[in-house]
Order: sequence, then structure tokens, then C-alpha cells
Amino acid sequence: MKYYDKLIFELSQPGRCGYSLPEWRWEATCEDIPLSLRRKDVARLPEVSEPDVVRHYTNLSNMNFGVDTGFYPLGSCTMKYNPKINEEIASMPGFACLHPLQPESTVQGALQLYHDLGRALSSITGMAEFTLNPFAGAHGELTGLMIMRQYHMQRGDLKRTRVIVPDSAHGTNPASAAVCGLEVVVVKSKPDGTIDTDELASLLDDTVAGIMMTNPNTLGLFEKEILKIAEMVHGCGGLLYYDGANFNPLLGKVRPGDMGFDILHLNLHKTFSTPHGGGGPGSGPVGVAARLVEYLPYPRVTFDGERYHLIGDNGKSAGRVSGFAGNFTVLLKAYAYILSLGKQNIRLAGALATLNANYIKESLKDCYKLPIDTLCKHEFVFDGLADKSTGVTTLDVAKRLLDYGFHAPTVYFPLLFHQSIMIEPTETESKETLDAFIAVMRKIAEEAVSEPDTLREAPHTTPVRRLDETTAAKNPVLTYFEM
Amino acid sequence: MAKTIEGLYYSESHEWVKIEGEYGYVGITDYAQQAMGNIVYVDMPEEGDEFGAGEEFGAVESVKAASDLISPVSGVVEEINEALEDQPELINKDAYETWIMKVKLNDPSEIESLMDAAAYAGFCEKEQH
Amino acid sequence: MSYPYFPHTGEDIAGMLGRIGVKSLDELYADVPSDVLYGGEYDLPDAMPEMEVRRYFDNLDRKNSRLTVFGGCGAYDHYSPAVIPALISRAEFLTAYTPYQAEISQGTLRYIFEFQTMIAELTKMDCANASMYDGATSAAEAMLMAKAATRKKSRVLVSGAMAGNVIEVVATYMKYHGVEMTVTPLDNGSTDIAAIESELQNGDVAGVLVPSINKYGVIEDLTGLADAVHGAKALLAVYSDPSALAVLKTPGEWGADMACGDAQTLGIPLNYGGPYVGYLACRKELVRKLPGRIVGATTDIDGKRAFVLTLQAREQHIRREKATSNICSNQSLMALYVTVYLSLMGKEGMKRVNDLSYGGAHYLYKQLLATGKFSEAFEGKPFLKEFTVRTSLPADKLHAALADGGYLAAMPMGGDLVSFCVTEKRTREEIDNMVELIKRIEL
Repeated sequence: MKYYDKLIFELSQPGRCGYSLPEWRWEATCEDIPLSLRRKDVARLPEVSEPDVVRHYTNLSNMNFGVDTGFYPLGSCTMKYNPKINEEIASMPGFACLHPLQPESTVQGALQLYHDLGRALSSITGMAEFTLNPFAGAHGELTGLMIMRQYHMQRGDLKRTRVIVPDSAHGTNPASAAVCGLEVVVVKSKPDGTIDTDELASLLDDTVAGIMMTNPNTLGLFEKEILKIAEMVHGCGGLLYYDGANFNPLLGKVRPGDMGFDILHLNLHKTFSTPHGGGGPGSGPVGVAARLVEYLPYPRVTFDGERYHLIGDNGKSAGRVSGFAGNFTVLLKAYAYILSLGKQNIRLAGALATLNANYIKESLKDCYKLPIDTLCKHEFVFDGLADKSTGVTTLDVAKRLLDYGFHAPTVYFPLLFHQSIMIEPTETESKETLDAFIAVMRKIAEEAVSEPDTLREAPHTTPVRRLDETTAAKNPVLTYFEM
Repeated sequence: MAKTIEGLYYSESHEWVKIEGEYGYVGITDYAQQAMGNIVYVDMPEEGDEFGAGEEFGAVESVKAASDLISPVSGVVEEINEALEDQPELINKDAYETWIMKVKLNDPSEIESLMDAAAYAGFCEKEQH
Repeated sequence: MSYPYFPHTGEDIAGMLGRIGVKSLDELYADVPSDVLYGGEYDLPDAMPEMEVRRYFDNLDRKNSRLTVFGGCGAYDHYSPAVIPALISRAEFLTAYTPYQAEISQGTLRYIFEFQTMIAELTKMDCANASMYDGATSAAEAMLMAKAATRKKSRVLVSGAMAGNVIEVVATYMKYHGVEMTVTPLDNGSTDIAAIESELQNGDVAGVLVPSINKYGVIEDLTGLADAVHGAKALLAVYSDPSALAVLKTPGEWGADMACGDAQTLGIPLNYGGPYVGYLACRKELVRKLPGRIVGATTDIDGKRAFVLTLQAREQHIRREKATSNICSNQSLMALYVTVYLSLMGKEGMKRVNDLSYGGAHYLYKQLLATGKFSEAFEGKPFLKEFTVRTSLPADKLHAALADGGYLAAMPMGGDLVSFCVTEKRTREEIDNMVELIKRIEL
């Protein structure tokens, strides 16, 4: 990867243009708007030619690393291959030109997609019905918790304002709960990494709205006592929320609905192969059990056997959570993937992801500290190097991996260990790729002993090296014109 | 090894308070600043705000961490340390010279429930393990 | 097995199982209680080869109708240049994730920094975040931000001139967060500033949300509002179409503390409502309450200029339940659409887009009035590309009849009100043809 230092503003020359617009003019122009309602100056946008723009952003892209570039074992992010046919379909002009407020009769195809995808997700997860409106995993979580609260509120059960979250949870869980007006109660993990059901029992009462769980949890461990947990939480009148961030190993194997979950969100950009796009757009559909369907947000798509309809507020809904009906073109990509999996290939998706994770774990556990040595699902967590005497940290290992052409795993999460390295390979990686990664990880463990300074100063071969994050946070420079 | 200073009073959430007459100066301990790393921002209260003992009065941020500030005593904020607005790193330089807020104490006897330097040093020792 | 996304051969699987020390793939699920292992068949179609997948979507495509768009209401049919899809589809952008590893993510970090700069320029605010999900959620986040910044206040005011779907999303967020929300009345099709001033007297207001162009297309005059809001120690958020801010008075100039809205108008196709991209900008003093990702400039250890996610201690992965927002990601790729679009358009292009839209909209407005079937709705109120008129025809039937004729137009706005919108994409011929159809319509 080559370093390229320009910002688009630095290519700007007055009078240059990159647009192509019709020459014709109307009689009226914006000059007719009263002066008091117009901006005084001209926004300092760049003036560049079309080839300049293309070369600039191509150069920027060359300083990036994606799943198509190489192995991207970022734990809890499920960086699987993003099939190309999905992209072709999402960019079909017939879909791109649809206005969200077109009359139902003119968007029957689009509405059918909502219906078909919703049904497929229901079958895959064992939930009764889905909303496809939430824009991302965190947004799905928030929506799911709103449904949880709405359920209790509609029943007049107003004192249920606490939600139980395990200490191993993604940080988003407590943040979503707080935005949703719920008080977070933390339940601790046992030494084996799973929820302590004795402590859980002591927390359950009639103020509990529900519990948020990932299963497998962030350590990649299956919560074996899930049926007991479900019984306990339901017994006290609470609901079970399933954070679908870790659904990938269960794809084709286990349905959250069968484990007793009442509400879940899925990350289509994780489990269902849509690209992460550098941080979005994602999609976070929320599925619910039958007794919660009426609380789903609106608009909702229904099918009367002949025509598809887009329906508004039913008076009981948790409300509207999106301007329109979610990230439609992301939904197209996810359904293209589901059609390619079909009822046959889906059977292997989760299993191969689990195979890949266990293979790496077993191949590296002699040189990296494995705090909980057991079967994992799609991911697992090392607590840094096995040999702690070198002083080489998880950060050093992560940065050294970049030199060898791999993206780093998730580091310093979960918070249960000081030197967490969370590795998730996904099912789309070959044995050769895993072997190459394993070899490099072993080499880095050796380097930690033989040349620790090389690691502490890594990376060496990337477009830029370690950054001064302290200055960035202390004196934030957030726009070009402040530089 | 983190420092402690004789004559200050310490809380379990790693704040110290120094008593001067009817006022208390509150800051975070050397142990806390070491644990945080380079401090980049201090979210301070406003003059006139009132806090109870054990109540949150602000937060400190480093690059990768944030920690709430818990008032060890109850009282009304008399003054805040404005130098921290531009130089939050002063806390890293000397945590005990760098107070965050000056409080008019509601109940000076509250300090009796706080730790002295020796007790706090012992507390930190335990917390590290 | 032949499935192109799974690389494993039978031999690979056998070897890997051996290393792990289990006998079968099923044994990898020995930790899962057998009661919850799914033994049934999934209700899915048979696995489709690529050509069948394509056929399914071609078939779906045929069930939609393409309309000539003369409607807006929060989604606008602006032109999206060919350069955008070419650059967006570069896999290095498309298949990357959040730029956690800055050393190999300078591409993403730089375009986000450019995006933040462009949004700050258009809104005339000090800083902007890396983007939000959409306009409606950006407005909700702005109100959460106001609540967090003014700790003890418990209510927000939202102008009734805001688009209905945005008000509904803000209402949902506020309801569950425990913030009271009051929708303030309209006066002649625009925000009634005096009504907001009177609500502010209670002293319990944390934030006020008003549009710069409202749901009827009226350009709002917000004179005096910021002073009133600040006098009540509340924060002002102005919701705008950022394309129009190239010519209209900006949130910064109106004295806003926060600017929010949807940047779909800057190069993003209609996409049946998503993905779009929200933006949220603010005064520098509020930056630590600003939710979402923020990119800042810094240097690396060799002194090279570099960019990095910064102010992360505000965010959910560190602050957990103390964070202002639960947002994790942004709409990064959509922010790239906007950045590339604004790079191509530049200063002059943005003026041209607005002039063409303004001219076309005012031409259509005159033509509609000339049919005798429409009349002015709000006396003397200026508009840019979207406007509302009264019609003597039944609004819903007019809307449906135009759809039958191939137009999305005469958007029902309640009662006898309908709205139209013209962007630079609409030609005189298209306008004249639609007006001819309207002349012929008998309802």
C-alpha cells in the first residue's frame, strides 16, 4: 500500500469543474429568494475536474484494506465474503429509481422483497415476524428494546424498567438500554465464561423488563443453560432479547426462537454477507415471537394472498424508527445471498464457521494464552501471548499482523481479560488462508522473544505508522479548514 | 508505584479531598491517573452546582477510557480549575497539585468515612490483584 | 459439495477436524443442548445458482413501475453522476469495516474527514460527525444530545412544520428515553416562532427542532428564534436539505447549536427509501456530546499527516450505558457518495443544481395555477424546489390518476393540499406533458 497525502481540497483550482449539467436555464433563479433567507458566502467546496476526482478517490482506496484484499478476522464482526452478484442486483436501475412514497400498486416487487425476506428470516431464526426497518445492529437493538418496553407498557406493567445485561456483552447493549430509558443491571460470568444462573436468580423480580444476551457469547461460548435461563426470565414476567451479532455459527444449526428468545435483531452485514462499507450501510432486522407482532414498528409490509400492502400505525406499535422502510438495497443483497444458500447450503454455513474458529484456536493455543480451553463457536478469545515475560502486548501483536498483510483481530474486547485478542475467521476462508495466518501468528510469538522492539514499533510497511491519538483527542482537528 | 500524600482523604473510587477551613479541594489520585493513561479531557461541573457524597460530578477521559468523577463529600461547587480546560495533562503531571473542583462543604464530618493515606495505599495494593 | 462461497474440500474438513480432535462437524456442536439443535427443514427455496438468483430479481423488477418523479417529501430525485458508482464499488471501500486499524484504513478515514469538512461548510457549523443512519434519526439524536447537554431539562419542542415521518421518529425516541415532546403549531404554512417562544417560558425545554425548508416546501424565516432558545438555556437544532444550503441561509447563520438532516439529496439514488445518510453537525463546545464516529487529523510516529477515529471515549464501546447514543457505525459508504458528489459539483455545480431546480419548480407552479385547478396555499411564502398548492380536485384521486399516467406527483399533504417537487433532472417537456395530463383529468 502506497502513502498518498492529498485531501480533495488541496487539488482545488478556481474555475475548474467536475460536473456535467444541462446548459438550459429557466427564467427564475435562486437570486429571486429574499436576500435575508440566502447564505452570505459561498461554501468552500473543492473545484476539481472529473479525472482528478477519480484518481484522488482511487488513491485513497489504495490505502484501505477490505475483505477482498485479505483475511479480516475481526472478532464479533463476521467479515465474510461479500458476493458480487448481490452488488449487481442492488444497483439495478429499476430498484435504485423507486421513490419511497410511490403508490403500493407501483412497487409490488419491492414490497414482495420485504415479504419474502421477512419469511426467510423467520424460518431461519424461528421467530414469528420481522421488521426490516432498522438501519444497523445497534438500531435493531434499540428497536427491539422499544418493543420490549411497549409490550410491558401496553399491559399496564409500568414498573419493569430494569434490563439485565451480562458483563461480557457488547458495549452497545447497555448503551441501547440507556437510550431506551432502561436501567442496566449487570450479571456476572462464571469462571467458565457463561452466565452465573445463581446470580441471575437473585436479580429477577417484577421490575425486570428482560435480559439481553448473545449466544454464543462474546467469548464464542455457547450458553448451555439457555433453556433454564429462558424459563427463569419468563417466570418472572420478563422477555429474552437475542443480540444477533453472534448469530453466524448458529446459521443452519440452531434457531433463537427455539431457545426461548422473544425478540432478536440480526446484522445482515454480518451473517447475511452484505458488505460493511467502511462502517455502513448495514441493516438490523428485528424478529419477534407471535405475541409481540402487534408492537413491531411501522411501516410494515403485509400480504393478503394477492397484493402486498404497506401499513401504518396500528395504535399499538412501538412507533416509527426510520424515515422510510429501512435500507432497501441492503435487503436486496441479503436476500440474494439467502437464495444462493437455499435450504441445502445453509446447513453448512454455521458449521464451517465453527470449524474454522476451532482450527485456529487449537493451532495457536500453545503460544497464545487461552483462558477458557473448550469448544468455541464462530470466534474465541486469547488473553495475549502465552509468554508474558517479553512485555509485548496485544496491541503490538495486532500491529505486527498488518505488516504481514492480515487485518488485526478485535483487540482489548471483551473486557473480561486484560489482553483480549478476539478472532473470528468466518466460513468463507480456506484452510490455506488459515494456515498462513497461523504461521504468521506463531512467527510473531517467536519475534516477541527474539526481536521485541520490532513488534513494539510495528507496523513498518503500512502507508502510515502508529498514530498520535492523544493529540488527536486533546486538540481535535475535525475539518480541513482548521488544519 | 503510585504516590499517596499524607493529610489528604481518599475515596474507594480514587478521588482525594484536601480540607482547607470550610472548603474542600477535590481531585483524582495518582493511582487513578496512572490507570487512565494520558488524560485528554476533563468534564467539569459548573460553579454553584450542588452534589451529595457519592454523586457523580463530571468525568475524565483518556484516549481509550472514560471514568466518572464521584464526589467524596457533599457541598456546593465554589470554583473549578479552569486550567484543566486547556491542559488536562496537568493531572498526569501531578495529580495531587491539580484539583478539579473546590467545594463548600455541607458536612465536614463526612471525611471521617474516607481513607487516610496509609489505608488508601493498602486499598490500591489490593485492587491491583 | 459445490458452493462457490465455501472453499472447504472434504479432505480439508477431515484434516481440520483431526487437528481439533473431534470426529465430525456435528461434534463441534456437542455443547449445544440437543433440544435446541434444529432438525427440521428450513422453509427456504432450493439453493439457486447465480443465473436463477438474477432471474428472481429480474422478475421482481418487472413488478415495479418507474415513475417520473415530481414528488419529494424527504426523498429527492437529483442526478447522481456516473463517477459515483464507479468509485463506490471499489472493493477497498466497499468491503472494509469501521476504520479501527488506522494504519490500513487511511482511505476511509480521509474521505470521512472530507465529508465532515463539507458538511461543516454547507451548514456553517464548526464540526460534523462521520454521518448518521438517515435524516429522521439524526434529528432524534440531536434531541438526545440537547437532553444530555442540558442535564436537568425534561422536554423538547418540535415544529409542526417538520415532515411527519421525522416528527414520528423523534417522538418514538423521546417516548422511550423519557423526554416529553411538544409539537408546536403552524402559522400560514410555516413554523410559528411566537408559539415556540411562549413554550420556552416554562424553563423546562432542553432542545428545539425546526426545519429550514419545511414539509410544505416553504423556506422558513427563523429570525429571532436562536436568541429566544438560548435565552431559555435550551439548544436549537435546525433540520435542512444540505443541497439547498449551498444557497440558503445556513443553520450556523440562524444561530443553531446543531444542524441535522438527510444528505440523500447529494448524489444518493432514491433506493426506495434507503440507504440514505443523515448528518449531524454542531458548535465546537458541544463536540463531546456529539454522537457517532468522528475522524480527526493527527500525525504518525514518523511525523506524516494521518487521520484517526477520535474522541472515542464518548462512545458506546467505552461509555456503555453512560454514552449519549448507542450508535456504533455510521453510513460510511453513503458518506462517500456525498463526498464524491460534492467534489464533482463544487461551488458552481451546487449553485447550478439549485438554480435549475428553483427555475423548474417555479415554472411548474405557474403552469399549475394556470390550469385553474390549483391555487396558492400559503400567501407570499418563498420556496425552492418543492411547493404546496391547494387543489379543487380530490387530492388522493389526483395523486392516483397521475401515478396511472406515469408520474409521482401531487403528494397528498392533508385536505386539499398537494405538493410537487422539481429537480434539475426534470425537463420542460416532462413538465409540460404532466400539466397537459392534469388539464385533461376529470375527477
